[in-house]
Amino acid sequence: MCGIVGLFLKDKALEPQLGNLLTDMLITMTDRGPDSAGIAIYGSETTDHAKLTIQSDEADTAFDGLAKALGDTIDAPVSLAQKDTHAVLDLPADKVAEARAALREINSSIRVMSTGDTLEIYKEVGLPKDVAARFEISGMSGSHGIGHTRMATESAVTTMGAHPFNTGSDQCLVHNGSLSNHNSLRRKLRREGVHIETENDTEVAAAYLTWKMRTGSTLGEALESSLDDLDGFFTFVVGTKDGFGVVRDPIACKPAVMAETDQYVAFGSEYRALVNLPGIETARVWEPEPATVYFWNH
Amino acid sequence: MQIFDLEAEGLRALNSTLHAQAEHTNQTVWEIVNPKGSHAIAVGLDAPIEVNVKGSTGYYCAGMNKQATINVHGSAGPGVAENMMSGTVVIDGDASQYAGATGHGGTLVIKGNASSRCGISMKGIDIVVHGNVGHMSAFMAQSGNLVVCGNAGDALGDSIYEARLFVRGSVKSLGADCIEKEMRPEHLKILADLLERGGCDAKPEEFKRYGSARQLYNFNIDNAY
Repeated sequence: MCGIVGLFLKDKALEPQLGNLLTDMLITMTDRGPDSAGIAIYGSETTDHAKLTIQSDEADTAFDGLAKALGDTIDAPVSLAQKDTHAVLDLPADKVAEARAALREINSSIRVMSTGDTLEIYKEVGLPKDVAARFEISGMSGSHGIGHTRMATESAVTTMGAHPFNTGSDQCLVHNGSLSNHNSLRRKLRREGVHIETENDTEVAAAYLTWKMRTGSTLGEALESSLDDLDGFFTFVVGTKDGFGVVRDPIACKPAVMAETDQYVAFGSEYRALVNLPGIETARVWEPEPATVYFWNH
Repeated sequence: MQIFDLEAEGLRALNSTLHAQAEHTNQTVWEIVNPKGSHAIAVGLDAPIEVNVKGSTGYYCAGMNKQATINVHGSAGPGVAENMMSGTVVIDGDASQYAGATGHGGTLVIKGNASSRCGISMKGIDIVVHGNVGHMSAFMAQSGNLVVCGNAGDALGDSIYEARLFVRGSVKSLGADCIEKEMRPEHLKILADLLERGGCDAKPEEFKRYGSARQLYNFNIDNAY
C-alpha cells in the first residue's frame, strides 16, 4: 500500500512545528507501510553552503574523523553533525560533486541520502515512530517536507530502498504505487548521464523529474510529462527547494487527500493523516483529480 | 440519543455495540463522535437504527448496511456503503472512490461530489449524487439507479448491464456499450422519486438517461480485438 504525507507551509509562524506535524502525520500512516519510513525536511539555508546527508550501517565508527578527512581531500572546510545512522555534512556549495566522489574513496560504507542547500533526508528500515524518534524529526523546523511509510513491492526492504528519493540538488520524491516501465526508463536515463543508485522503481521516477528539470522543464512541466512517460500506478508527492507538487496517474487507484488553509497545503494518503493539523476543521479538503498536476511555490 | 466516542472506546467496541441492537431496540438514535477518518465505521449493521457520524470517515464506512440509516456529517473515504443491502446512507460532504460499489439495495445519497468508480458493479442500489462523479462510474453496473446532478467523468457506464444512469450535466465520455437512451414518462417518474428521496430540488426534465446498448451480452466477433 504505502503511506505518503506532505506539508507545505505558507505561514512562517508554523515553521518551528514542521517536524512535529509531519511526524504525527507519518506515524498515523504506519499501517499502510510498516517496512521502512523516511522523511525529507527543507530547513534553513546557509549562504554558499550545501548539505550532504549521509548514512552508514557502521555509524559507530564511520563518522569519526570523517569531516577532517573529507575536508583535507577536497581542500575546503567541512563540518559534520551526526544523528543516529545519519550525519549532515556542511560544505561549500561548489564542492558537492567532489565531496561525493571523495566519500566513496574514504569509506565505502557511506551512502548519500540527499544533497542540497536546504534539504535533509532521514530514512531507515523500521516502524515510522521508531525512525522518527531515532532522528529526532519532531524537533526539526523547516518550510516544507514530505514523508513515506513503505510496504515494499518493487525492491528489497533496505535503507536505500526507502523513500524519499533524492536525485538532484534539493529535489525529492515519494511514491505510492508501482511502475511497470522503470527498467527501460532507468536504462534510458543512465544513458543520459543521470545517476541512479538502486533497482527501485521510485528512484527512476525521481530521476526522471530531475532529468526533465535539468533539460529545461519547470517542476509543473516535468510532472505533466511524467503522465506520458511513466507507466503504472502512482501517486507522487515531490519537493523542490521552494516548491511542492502532487500528481496521480490517469487511473488514480492509489488514494490521495489534500487540504489547504491560509497557513499550509497538506497531503495524506488518507484523511486520518490530516486530522491533527491546525484548522483542519475549516480547511478546503479535496481529492486530487487523476492525471492532474498540482503544485505550489514559495 | 446514545453518544459513542470512537477515539476513547475504539472501533471494535463501536461495531459490536451497534451490532447488538436488536430489531426492536429502544436505543434507536446514535451519535458517533471523534471519527477522525477511521476505517470501517458502522459496518454490517442490521437494525432499523439511525447513526450520525460527526465528522469525516476513512475506508468502508457503512459497508454491508441492512436497515440502518447512517448519516456522515463530513466526507467519506473509499468504499462508503460498499455492498449495501438496504437502508439509507447520506454523506454531507464528498465521497472518495467506489462509493456504493456492488450495492444490492437501499439508498446512498452524496451531497458533495463522488470520486471515480462510483457505483461500480452496482446490483440494485439507488445512488443520488448532488455534485459530480469521477471516471469509470457505474462500471459493470447490473441493476439499480445512479443519479448525477452535476457532471460525469470519463467512461461512464463502461460495460454496463442493466442499471439506469441519469445525468443532469455533461458526460466526459461514455464507456463501452453505454449509450444515451430515451427518457420516457416512466423514467421521469422513477427519477422524480429518486430526486425526492435524495433531497435534490433538480427537475427530472433536466436529465438525460444512459444505459446499456446490450451489445456485449453475447459473443460477437466484432467485439473481439
